[in-house]
Amino acid sequence: MRGPIITLEGVQKYYGEYHALRGIDAEIGQGEFFSLLGPSGCGKTTLLRAIAGFEDISGGRILLDGRDMDGVPPNRRPTNMVFQSYAIFPHLSVAENVGFGLRKSPMSGAEKKTAVGEALEMVGLGGYGGRAAHALSGGQRQRVALARALILKPKVLLLDEPLSALDKKMREQMQTELRRLQRQVGITFILVTHDQEEALIMSDRIAVMFEGGIAQLAPPQDLYRRPASRKVGEFIGMMNFLPARLIEAGNPSVEVEVPGLGRAILEPDQCPMGTGGEISIGLRPESMTLLFDGQNAERVAQGVVEERTYYGDMTYYDIRLDGAPNIVQVSMRNMPGRRVLDRGDRADLAWDARAMVLFC
Amino acid sequence: MSQTARLRRAFRTDSGKGLTLVAPPFIYALVMLAAPLGTILLFSFWTQDFLTIDRTFTLDNYREALSDPLYSELLFRSLRIAGAVTVVTVLLAFPIAYFVSFHVRPDRKSLWLFLITIPFWTSYLIRVFLWRVILAFDGPVNGTLMGLGIIDEPLSWILYNANAVIITLAHAFAPFAILPIFVSLEKIDRSLLEAARDLGESRVATFFRVTLPLAMPGVLAAILIVFIPTIGDYVTPRLVGGSGGTMIANMIQTQFMRLNNAPMGATLAVIAMLSVTVISLLLVFVTRRWTRGR
Repeated sequence: MRGPIITLEGVQKYYGEYHALRGIDAEIGQGEFFSLLGPSGCGKTTLLRAIAGFEDISGGRILLDGRDMDGVPPNRRPTNMVFQSYAIFPHLSVAENVGFGLRKSPMSGAEKKTAVGEALEMVGLGGYGGRAAHALSGGQRQRVALARALILKPKVLLLDEPLSALDKKMREQMQTELRRLQRQVGITFILVTHDQEEALIMSDRIAVMFEGGIAQLAPPQDLYRRPASRKVGEFIGMMNFLPARLIEAGNPSVEVEVPGLGRAILEPDQCPMGTGGEISIGLRPESMTLLFDGQNAERVAQGVVEERTYYGDMTYYDIRLDGAPNIVQVSMRNMPGRRVLDRGDRADLAWDARAMVLFC
Repeated sequence: MSQTARLRRAFRTDSGKGLTLVAPPFIYALVMLAAPLGTILLFSFWTQDFLTIDRTFTLDNYREALSDPLYSELLFRSLRIAGAVTVVTVLLAFPIAYFVSFHVRPDRKSLWLFLITIPFWTSYLIRVFLWRVILAFDGPVNGTLMGLGIIDEPLSWILYNANAVIITLAHAFAPFAILPIFVSLEKIDRSLLEAARDLGESRVATFFRVTLPLAMPGVLAAILIVFIPTIGDYVTPRLVGGSGGTMIANMIQTQFMRLNNAPMGATLAVIAMLSVTVISLLLVFVTRRWTRGR
């Protein structure tokens, strides 16, 4: 990450009594693909719109390329936005849409035309310039919106849930394409999404937001492997939570007893600072493995298959552990020669303390 | 299959149901609109022979209507006045529609629309009479202006001429212009305006590049709704227009009633109708660039 292009300092936003942003602090680097991830109503879109200049903030500062954006209207900010609805002008052609922001540019008419052509080429819509905007499909609208924003070479491109209106296949295709485009142009992208998978796939760093605040800001792998709180762990992917008992709070490592699994020693990075509630450990479904026919492992727990869900590439098992009240979910890749267990079958479960996170 | 069963089945199809639904208004329109129109058209090719009507087909009326400068002067004046009324009404209606659509809280909008229709609570005739009082020589407008010392003697150009007709009609037709413009403004996706701002345009430029073009269907509807009926208005010119504000409809009325020359009246009516049709079609054609495809 090179120097920050955006600095957020204690950004606050009130809508009347409602506290929409509760002091956001973050630095977003030049050329970074940054995501704001959270459930609806968490303030992520408000924050994006505040950066774009569509919302006045009630407190704090937004610095864009070192300049305080207070009182700067959206048309004077070095940002451009791809709207959730794409906001394609229905009365203009595709080329007129893409060239909309070039009116005051010093380029000549011919240069503008070339620029529009190149922008359309870049998003894979070469030759679509003459088409009427209202005749485009959802995916094409999205590309036009992208071309229209990128042609102005903004310092930051803001994307407000740009893929949520597309069908699954199209969405997956656009995820890869957006990532490629971002690397190609080298512009900072800030993506707002409620889809954790999308955020994990595309981002360099993710800010997980709940109730107007950032709960965790980390690269995707850290976020997934070491969620900072139970809430983040629940929101990102699937996670089993098992009640645990503290055996020894040593320095630096911690020993816990997990009913049904056994004892585990956890390193400091596995124990985020908590608020001091009930202790539990989090364990991802794929970090446990079912053992088949004589396979062995260091740490094995036993249980019974309560439920089985077959997804084609994967099978998810709900397993009730012996001597413990809880059910854990385990995912297994379906490989040639690997059996699929049935409900009621006994199961041996290998687990690894390194994959655990301790919450309290 | 029996005849009645076949009939019943025909009525059950979608188009059968549709026909049944539109039949009453269709018959009504046929009897009350198409038949009188046909009669007028027929009359325009006849001539008045003192007390009886000569029913031989002739174009004499049209020849006379187009050659007599009195008729063409009245027709052009009507077009001029209706055009001025349309321009004034739409220009004044747009800001009101814009205000209600963009600056009134959503839950208050229907209240505002309701308030806009208040002038309709009073009969059209009474409203015209009231304008005669307001604009009169010793009326409140002149009284106020003189009381404030802005003018020394009452303004004479505000009553019993074309200006009075324009003022009165513009007021009467304001709601008809406000509503279609309001509807087209309401339909504009607000993110389009944000997108224009985001792409570097000021508020003013956004208005001219996005809001106005997208409101054009409503503006065109307003223009037609105001222009078409005002050409044929005869109550307002009669009551506030004086001799300088007389319009073609007054002449049509005179021909039918006082001069007892229904064929000539019918001819003038047909010519007025054709002028309106041509101008309206022209307008629709010219503005097609903004109204197509949506």
